[in-house]
Amino acid sequence: MTLCEGVKSMLSSYSKLACGACIGALLVAVPAFAQDAAPTATAAAQFTPTAEMVNKGDTTWMLISSALVLLMSAPALALFYGGLVRAKNMLSVLMQVLAIVCIATLMWVGWGYTLSFTGGNEFVGGFSKAFLSGVDVTTLAATFSNRVYIPEYAYVIFQMTFACITPALIVGGFAERVRFWPLMLFVVLWLTIVYYPIAHMVWYWAGPDFLPANPDDHGFLFGKGALDFAGGTVVHINAGVAGLMGCLVLGKRIGYKSELIAPHSLPMTYIGACLLWVGWFGFNAGSNLEANGVTAVAFINTYVATAAAALTWALLEQVVHKKPSLLGAATGAVVGLVAITPASGFAAPITSIILGSVASAVCFLFVVKVKNAFGYDDSLDVFGVHCVGGIVGALGTAFCANPAWGGQGWIDYTVAPAVPGEFSLSAQIVAQLWAIGTTLIWSGGVSLVLFIVIDKTIGLRPTADVEREGLDINEHGERAYSF
Amino acid sequence: MKLVLAIIKPHKLDDVRGTLDGISIQGLTVSEAQGYGRQKGHTEIYRGAEYETNLVPKMRIELVVEDEFATRVVEAIQGAAQTGAIGDGKIFVIPVEHAVRIRTGELDNDAL
Repeated sequence: MTLCEGVKSMLSSYSKLACGACIGALLVAVPAFAQDAAPTATAAAQFTPTAEMVNKGDTTWMLISSALVLLMSAPALALFYGGLVRAKNMLSVLMQVLAIVCIATLMWVGWGYTLSFTGGNEFVGGFSKAFLSGVDVTTLAATFSNRVYIPEYAYVIFQMTFACITPALIVGGFAERVRFWPLMLFVVLWLTIVYYPIAHMVWYWAGPDFLPANPDDHGFLFGKGALDFAGGTVVHINAGVAGLMGCLVLGKRIGYKSELIAPHSLPMTYIGACLLWVGWFGFNAGSNLEANGVTAVAFINTYVATAAAALTWALLEQVVHKKPSLLGAATGAVVGLVAITPASGFAAPITSIILGSVASAVCFLFVVKVKNAFGYDDSLDVFGVHCVGGIVGALGTAFCANPAWGGQGWIDYTVAPAVPGEFSLSAQIVAQLWAIGTTLIWSGGVSLVLFIVIDKTIGLRPTADVEREGLDINEHGERAYSF
Repeated sequence: MKLVLAIIKPHKLDDVRGTLDGISIQGLTVSEAQGYGRQKGHTEIYRGAEYETNLVPKMRIELVVEDEFATRVVEAIQGAAQTGAIGDGKIFVIPVEHAVRIRTGELDNDAL
């Protein structure tokens, strides 16, 4: 499948309507769509989830997890990034993150959820649930277990928080040198053209009770067998490569490598990094969509991989720079979180520790050596941390999931009830490469085009005077600190 | 009257103040300063980006004393602020023409 064909089939899907796991409820709520969805409905009619298949513990956990993931973006990521910029640009970063979270929230309700999580085609969903039509307090969303469901609203909310943090991550690639409104325009286009299709390709599937009857009702990369438990490709590789494209189109900050461009408040960065760690339990353990043993293994894997990665970075700094820095340890912690994300529900604690350490070492090399050798100004290392860490994590998932090394393997959902699939390391690596490659090419390519078009039309970069004086006072009319 | 102006290491401020209290000095003015001399600063590294910082944080203390006290004050500061390493700072003594205590209008030595 070439990219061109991908675009074509994506566009054609906009006119196509299909339904996911909640087919029964949808047909009742939106009778107008029933005719289009008829072929799927006939097959799915054999099974209808009922309210008894919803567990209050699962529902509670998903709502708490959703709040934890929101904690990662509006407070945690904003402070993590904010502390890393100079004082004159502090508010611009906070404002960019907050505004992106708000925009992504509204878009998710409008057309994000439907394009990500309804049938459509392999590459993007349809419009059947635009503006959450058909979703109500009785509709249900599938989990990874047969006959276990959660309220669809809980699923909508949980996935919404992921759509919020992903575009917010991108701003790290070109912080301190971007105009506010053009960036917001980019975010609207990027979510629509890149994020929703990628989320659909990786995460959309009919659910364990529906897949046996509809074996083709899933996203493109799900069908390739790519394992991404909590969003290594969808969130981190996706955002990381987009940030790199923005960084390349916008160019370096004035004074890069010739002036002191040091973080203005590492305590804020520390607070942000630690809040990310806490919030990430919702991100990773919540991605199991239920509260059970796999949730707990995702939780402990997230815990230990982060600890290993933070210490690894500090030890490498001790060796290379003779001092272990707080910024280094905090960066390592985030790398560990990124890397364990796709593997969190598939790995064992010991392999998670190894994955965190390896990812930390690879990202250390990228952030400290490769970036400085190439001279691109990825202000807050969104590429070096999120994209590189995400790639290491996505490949590492193939190894960590191996049952021979204590992993959870993969589950064959084409039969009901689902059974463990036969694990092949080489086939899994190929599947992971499909996910990595597709995301890099689609997100990287579209982001590059979007940044160039916006830059050539309305302009992305502020004037040199504005950049020197700072974005806070010029773009937002306020300053972070008055002494 | 003499103005004694000293640039010292920040962590030596308490020692200097204690010594000056010991010779009955009534007050002094302190400000944070940055500068460089023979001590050339240090290197800061943020995620591998190395920055040479050539301005070093220092404390600048100022006090005005009667002429005959100046030598004792200078000796006191030097004794208290000395570590023996480069970057200990410098002391300057400058003549002062006139002094006024704002509250009472007292002049010169009476104003100190």
